[in-house]
Parts: sequence; structure tokens; C-alpha cells
Amino acid sequence: MQALKFSRKSGRAPVWQALLTLTLAAWLVRPAGASLQIEITSGVNDPIPVAIVPFTPASPADGGLDVAGVVQHDLEGSGRFRALPRERMPARPTRAGDIVSADWKGVGSDYVVVGRVTSENGALAVDFELVNTLTGARLAAQRFTGAASALRNAAHKVSDVIYQKILGVRGAFATRIAYVAVDGTPPSQRYQLIVADADGENAHLILDSRFPIMSPAWSPDGQWLAYVSFESKLAGVYVQLVRTGERRLVSARAGINGAPAWSPDGKKLALTLGGSGGNPDIYVLDLLTQNLTRITDDPAIDTEPEWAPDGRSLYFTSDRAGSPQIYQISASGSGRPRRITFENNYNARPRVSADGRELAMVTLEGNGYRIAVQDLASGAVRVLSHGRLDESPSFAPNGATLLYSQREGAGGSLATVSVDGLTGLRLKAQQGTIRDPAWGPFGT
Amino acid sequence: MAEQRGMNRILALALLALTLALAGCGPKVKPGAGPATPGENPAAESAGAGANAAGAAEGANASQDETAGPQGGLLASRVIYFDFDSAVIKGEGVDVAAAHAKYLASHATARVRLEGNTDERGSREYNIGLGDRRAQAVRRALLLQGVNEGQITTVSYGEERPADPGHDESAWAKNRRVEIVYLTPAGQPARP
Repeated sequence: MQALKFSRKSGRAPVWQALLTLTLAAWLVRPAGASLQIEITSGVNDPIPVAIVPFTPASPADGGLDVAGVVQHDLEGSGRFRALPRERMPARPTRAGDIVSADWKGVGSDYVVVGRVTSENGALAVDFELVNTLTGARLAAQRFTGAASALRNAAHKVSDVIYQKILGVRGAFATRIAYVAVDGTPPSQRYQLIVADADGENAHLILDSRFPIMSPAWSPDGQWLAYVSFESKLAGVYVQLVRTGERRLVSARAGINGAPAWSPDGKKLALTLGGSGGNPDIYVLDLLTQNLTRITDDPAIDTEPEWAPDGRSLYFTSDRAGSPQIYQISASGSGRPRRITFENNYNARPRVSADGRELAMVTLEGNGYRIAVQDLASGAVRVLSHGRLDESPSFAPNGATLLYSQREGAGGSLATVSVDGLTGLRLKAQQGTIRDPAWGPFGT
Repeated sequence: MAEQRGMNRILALALLALTLALAGCGPKVKPGAGPATPGENPAAESAGAGANAAGAAEGANASQDETAGPQGGLLASRVIYFDFDSAVIKGEGVDVAAAHAKYLASHATARVRLEGNTDERGSREYNIGLGDRRAQAVRRALLLQGVNEGQITTVSYGEERPADPGHDESAWAKNRRVEIVYLTPAGQPARP
């Protein structure tokens, strides 16, 4: 397998900058939270050949970041592109006007990406152009500007545009993921909530605890995370502002407080609450008024609520028919729930694509818990993963990919699979188990 | 492996940098002045620091209200085990529950927390529901035998706190359980 570790050469950066970076990294991110290693586990048979020419750097303001390298890493990681090795490039143009299409066709590249990083007034600008070598057409020419600290993000935005221009779907590279890292063995385990870029880089610690942390959920604006923490030894649902760490305990009722899900308008949380002696049911908490509305009332386990994108209904898991299946109910709680899943004896943890057309879930197929997607219109189910204990599916905001967790030997890693089942990645921590991922929304 | 060596070098540099910083001769932090490299996010600092502070405080809270509780005979047993996908108390578990019920019913200030757990199979939040169902089963057994409602709190950790980290049936059997944790009796101050 091919290890795609992005090179982080700091040759152009002064030594003190490297030291400062590492010092901060050591303080903020303990080993379990270090950047993830990415491996391509499957890709399409005929990936699109592209050449991503090194961008003109803006030393030293760019900190030595290889923007073209980040873009290459993104595109190859999608499983749909094959990048031309740099040593085989016939030239190193940085503007579309300097590209000689015939030379690039000669080395088999259908597309060429060129660009420049420039420094102006303390900010950085990334200009890039995308050229189709078969037609000679310039498909994109765009500029992203921002602080030096946002340069990596700008590179991911370049990847997003290229992906869209060539494949017709917006890329989801300039997004973030949250996940839980667990290290140590019982009873002295350490649980960390981590936020990282979608490529596993730039990981930083959100919460560190000796007691379980689970079910991170992004607010629709990507500013907040809701999660469950057992730091008081009882369950509590918290919301935390990712940028500052400011947080609020929003539910610590008797029994279960779990499975938070933000409404599409960001004003409410759907939750699972138990109540003293009660059994798990779905509730909706208005974050502004603290008003709590009961949605389900059934002696079965009702949990894992997920909002439909229009905010008018909720999907949830219930074992009211004996085994866990997925149901849909009006978000006001009126009317009877409608059963959605009928294949297999175990279907749980619903997640809906942003266009509302597909439902991802955990399904028990044979002896394995696997990730499946159901077409909500036709009811057709496709099982996309092949593990024994795959769980916690989360859609990329473009709906093209699912992120989930899998058990591997004694540990656990994250994995992605495209909804067509053709491409996949594995994201592994340097040590310990990582799990319970949540893919954040598009940035602005 | 080149990557491994690279990581070791980074770790070594990080340690060196940490040492320098702790010794007071490290560089001054200039938020926003640095390059866009992993980990260097000034905003993350306060998040990390805030979270770490919360993490430190929690350790103290956690064990404060726990107490050794009674130890004689079956009362020394604090775990009730369950079959796969079941919340039915069986075998020795029935006797263990009865012993604790008897003790609690005759010690009105004694308090317990019932911690429900599952094995690792299946969806995490659904397993919280299954662990809760087990904790509730033990709770009902205690109530039926004369224990007061106010003496019991329940929590479900689902699959999040395994007793055995293994991934086979023998580990799973140890993980499908309810733990009975004695808390400081009502009206008494928590241990410092």
C-alpha cells in the first residue's frame, strides 16, 4: 500500500519558527492527537491523469508550505486522480500562458495545474489556473487570499475547485473532521476529542478526559461542536466553540443524555434522554429558550436522531419492532413514526446526505457490522464497507464520501468510502484508537 | 522506515523545543506571525488550555463521592453479567443483586450508582441504550426488594468503558455488565 505522508519540509522557515511550531504542537496536541497517516485503500481503475506543477513560493512568508504538494495529496487521496511525478514534468510553468499542451499530452497528463503564492501587506495570495491539455482550454483561474496561517486551507480550496471543474461535484477538501482518540487500557484510558483538517493534518485537542467522550456533532456553521462527555461520571451533553474552547453544559438530566444532532438552522439540538427510570426517547432542545420538546414516547430504545436537511423531520434508531431499525418522524413529534429500513436485522445510526436523498447507516450483514447507504426514494440498499465492526458513518458535505470508524486488530482507525463504493482511504493515528468521526460542513 | 525516522526526529525536536521553552530561553510566542504549519493555531491554544483545565478538575470530582461500601460475602461482588443482547439478570447475578438490595434496604443513607455496559458490537449510541436497559433492570430488582428510589442513580457507558480490552467472546462476556458503585452516604460530606 502506498503511504501518502505529506512532506512538511521547513527548510525555508527560520529555525525558531520550526521550534515555535513544534513547541505549540507539543503543548496542544499530545501524541494521540498527532496528524493522521493516510493510506489509499482503493481507487478507480482509470484515475484521471493530472500534473500539479510546484507553485512559485513566497518565501519566507509561506513558511515553506508546498501548496502544489497539498493539492496533489488531496486529489490523489480522492482515489480519482493520478498525479504526474515531478521528476517527469517536461517543464515548470507557473502561468497558463506558459503551458505547452503538446508536451504535457506527451507525458500523459490530461490536465495541468499551475500557480503562484505571493505575499502582499502581510497576507498571502494563491493564484492558480487549470488547463485541459487535450483542448487547450483554461477551465479555472482563481485567487484565494488570507493570512499565512490559512495557506494550507487555501491549498485545499484550490483542490475543491479542481475537483469540481473536472468531476462536476464540489470537493470537500477544505473542511474539517472531529473524532475521538482513545489511548491506554482499561481502567486507565484517556479520551481526547480532536479536530483536524479533512486530510488528517493540523490536528488539535478540543477536550481531554479520563472518562468517555463520544458522539461529536458539528453545528451547521462549523463553529460549534456538540458532544457527550462522562467527565462527571454521569452523561452530559456539551456544546463548545471550537475556536476559543468556550463551552456550555446543555443537558445533564438523570440517566441518558446522548446523541446530540444540530437542527439545520443551528438553533436546536435533537437529543436522546432517559429520565429517571425512564427509557431512551428522542427530545428536541431549543438552545436559546431551553425549551424541551418530547418527540418519541415508546418503551423501546429510541436514539441516534438525525435531522432531515429541510428540518421538518427526524430519522432515528428504534428497537420497537424487536431489533434496531431506522424510522422517520415529524420534527414536531406529531403523527406516527414511519419505518424506513427493512433489509437486514440490524440497522442503526442514520445519517442523511445534504441533498436528503441518501441515508447512511450501520447494518449487520452476515457476521459484520458494515456501512450501508439506502436510496430513500427507491429503498435500494448498497453495503459499502467490508469490516467486522464498522460504525459511525458521517457524510462529507458534498455527499460524495462517507467517513466511518473501523476496528483493526487491537486498535481502531477511520476510513472513508465513496458512495459509489469505488474509492477509499484509511486514516490512522500514530498510536491508540481513533473513532466516532464527524465530518464538518463546508467552510465559507 | 523513512517515515518512522522522520517522526522520531520531529519528536526529538519537539522535546528539545519543549525543554528550551520550559527553561525560559524559548522563542516568544507571536500569535498570527508564524507560517501555516500543523499545530500552529493561536486560537487552538485557548481551546486546548481551557479543555486541559477542565480535564484536570474532573479527576478530583470523579472519585470524591465514591466509597468502598460493604464488603462481606456476596456484597464484595459488585458486577452483574448479562447474555448477548439481553438485560435479564441471571444466575449468580440474581443473588448479587439480592444481597445489595438487602443491604441498601436496611441502610437508608447508603447510595449506589449503577453503571450499565455493553460489548463493542453495534452502534455506539444504541449501545448506550442497551447499557441503560441493563442498569434499569438492576435498578428495578433493587426497588422491588425494598430499596428507596433516592438511593439509586444510573448511568450507561455503553461500549465506551470495557472491563476487558479484548475483541473475542470471552472479553465481550466480561464487558456486558452492570457495576454497582457505592457512593458517600446521604448527609455525609464527600471525601476530600
